[in-house]
Amino acid sequence: MGVVVFPGSNCDHDAYHALKYVMNADVKFLWHKETDVSGLDIIIVPGGFSYGDYLRSGAIARFSPIMQELIEYAKKGGPVMGICNGFQILLEAGLIPGAMRHNEQLKFICKDVHIRVESTQSIYTSTLQKDQLLKIPISHGEGNYYIDNDGIKELQDNDQVLFRYVNAHGETTQQANINGSVDHIAGITNKQKNVLGMMPHPERAMEQLLGKEDGKQIFESVLQVLAIT
Amino acid sequence: MFKAKVSVTLRPSILDPKGKAAHHALQNLGLTNIKGVRIGKFIEIDVQASNEEEARDIVELACNKLLANEVMEDFDIMFEY
Repeated sequence: MGVVVFPGSNCDHDAYHALKYVMNADVKFLWHKETDVSGLDIIIVPGGFSYGDYLRSGAIARFSPIMQELIEYAKKGGPVMGICNGFQILLEAGLIPGAMRHNEQLKFICKDVHIRVESTQSIYTSTLQKDQLLKIPISHGEGNYYIDNDGIKELQDNDQVLFRYVNAHGETTQQANINGSVDHIAGITNKQKNVLGMMPHPERAMEQLLGKEDGKQIFESVLQVLAIT
Repeated sequence: MFKAKVSVTLRPSILDPKGKAAHHALQNLGLTNIKGVRIGKFIEIDVQASNEEEARDIVELACNKLLANEVMEDFDIMFEY
């Protein structure tokens, strides 16, 4: 497994720790100037503020040397998981459809939220239950997902929405839609379902000792499906 | 050398929370005639080209590839003499 590191990534070590020490997986960092991604079972594009979020979140990182290789890898079906800034980078790269706006209320929001599993038809959710709730933190200023009406219909028709923001009872209330995202979207895949983008941080919810561990289930699903030991 | 002035704006259909906040503040200042505010980006680009048409093509490419997000932004290019 590989964790990409851009100048300004700040959840790279969280992701590395989660995979190596909690999941006991074989994992390495991939500096953004690297151009060899062969032999990896999955690539994680972590959160942070790559290139200071200059211009737009993810817009500059998207042209890093490693991204050209990562795009090829993803197009061949290689699993790629973008978390938070990683999601923004994958959107800018066009690997998943849509774009990110500033949060509706303009605040940077850092808190635990509930997300609901909307589809189990992906490597990221196949061992979870549909409608299952996960308590996972978000930490972003630009997570207000946007896609036009045709785009949202396509996402729904292809079962590409994996996670929606809900309240503690699993309901998609307006208040639960914490950043104003179209259709409460917290995480989606590409059409082929090998590329995931999600704003919540599962790598920050891995150990009960630190308060929560629901995020672990997503990585457990990935490891089980890909048969990584 | 040509100097291009590029404005990048959110499409009218896209919610602009920054513009909304600024609008609200202007109303609080008593400027109630102001009925809408949209905030975008302004970018100045120096471009080496033999004529304006060529310069425009280069700047347009820059906008399409990087400076504007085609999912939700439009751009407008002007040249200064």
